[in-house]
Amino acid sequence: MVSPMPAAAPSLKDRVFEILAHVPDPEIPCVSVVELGIVRAVSDKTVVITPTYTGCPATIAIEGDIRAALDRAGLSQLKIETTLAPPWTTDWISDAGRRKLREYGIAPPPKGAAKAALRETSAECPRCGSSRTEEISRFGSTPCKSLHRCLDCREPFDRFKCH
Amino acid sequence: MRAAALFDYACRLGDDSLILGQRLSEWCGHAPMLELDLSLANIGLDLIGQATHFLKLAGDAEGEGRDEDKLAFHRDVLDFRNCLLVEQPNGDFAQTIARQFLFSNYQELLFRQLCASTNPTIAAIAAKAVKEVAYHSRLADEWMVRLGDGTAESRARVVEGLDWMWRFADELFELDAAIEPLVESGIACDVRKLRPEWDARIARVLKDATLEAPKARRGVNGGRVGRHSEHLGHLLSEMQFLQRAYPDSQW
Repeated sequence: MVSPMPAAAPSLKDRVFEILAHVPDPEIPCVSVVELGIVRAVSDKTVVITPTYTGCPATIAIEGDIRAALDRAGLSQLKIETTLAPPWTTDWISDAGRRKLREYGIAPPPKGAAKAALRETSAECPRCGSSRTEEISRFGSTPCKSLHRCLDCREPFDRFKCH
Repeated sequence: MRAAALFDYACRLGDDSLILGQRLSEWCGHAPMLELDLSLANIGLDLIGQATHFLKLAGDAEGEGRDEDKLAFHRDVLDFRNCLLVEQPNGDFAQTIARQFLFSNYQELLFRQLCASTNPTIAAIAAKAVKEVAYHSRLADEWMVRLGDGTAESRARVVEGLDWMWRFADELFELDAAIEPLVESGIACDVRKLRPEWDARIARVLKDATLEAPKARRGVNGGRVGRHSEHLGHLLSEMQFLQRAYPDSQW
């Protein structure tokens, strides 16, 4: 299908967000770096990103993947800057990102009040939806996840830690 | 003068995290259970992440072209500024938990204060890391209770581990002349003021764990001025091996 009238050329910012919407997180490839809230700002000269966890080893891979995607799109002139403040929070994960996490089998973090919920432990089973679950380990296969088990369907599952 | 003090302070913060992170990494593949292996490795990773940021700040403050890797891998033992607690050997799991319990509770209180540091980089690192450290202290608190109020064996081991680590706690709350100017300008935290809340937190967990605090004794210090226990040199010989053998090699 060809649209009858060409739409106005998208702004550079929209274009960059569209490109980065196709850059998956290296550890959790069902979601993009945009959906995770890692991309904080885009200007004519820079793309500002923020790490999820202080020591997350994926941070370097993410920057490399973003660089490669920008270069492929002919945007080599854009610089990538990393900022620590304000600190990343799971509240920045988009609704689409949360849905994709659940479909992938990872319980998404509850939205809002991330700080207050930091120490709260009940998670909803991404397979059967039961809230009768228990925590197995607060530290999981990556810094951002904890390990849980459903008491109804008996399946173990990861949960994106509220942060 | 100010730059030298900031370099010193950032090294203290970074070296505490780096050395404890390295110690915890020694557990990888050896912890009592898979979940604990993951936990200790994850905590180690968080700490090494903190160290990366603090040592980068130190290198920038110094202005002589040393980055975080240079500072981590090319300094000798006398140049490290970490407290003695973090360089203590892992011992058994109970001793490791005792060390984590004392340190993470201190670090959580410290980072809460440093969120308001007038140095924006320190404030940003603290604000980010404090959320992670809350997990560390909680894990250590829970294991103190489990071990203390557990079997005769686990209790005996955690009593012994805590007894060993206790002598290194005082150093965490010492403020010396080198850092005082930074406290006055709001960059550094006056750690002496953290002690009452730390004491209360420790006492609360020990009560749940049916343990008594070890008897007060003369604290051991010196880490902040580079006077370390013999353990640090051995740790560095392993941590720095690759960069010593193949200087400036890159991945």
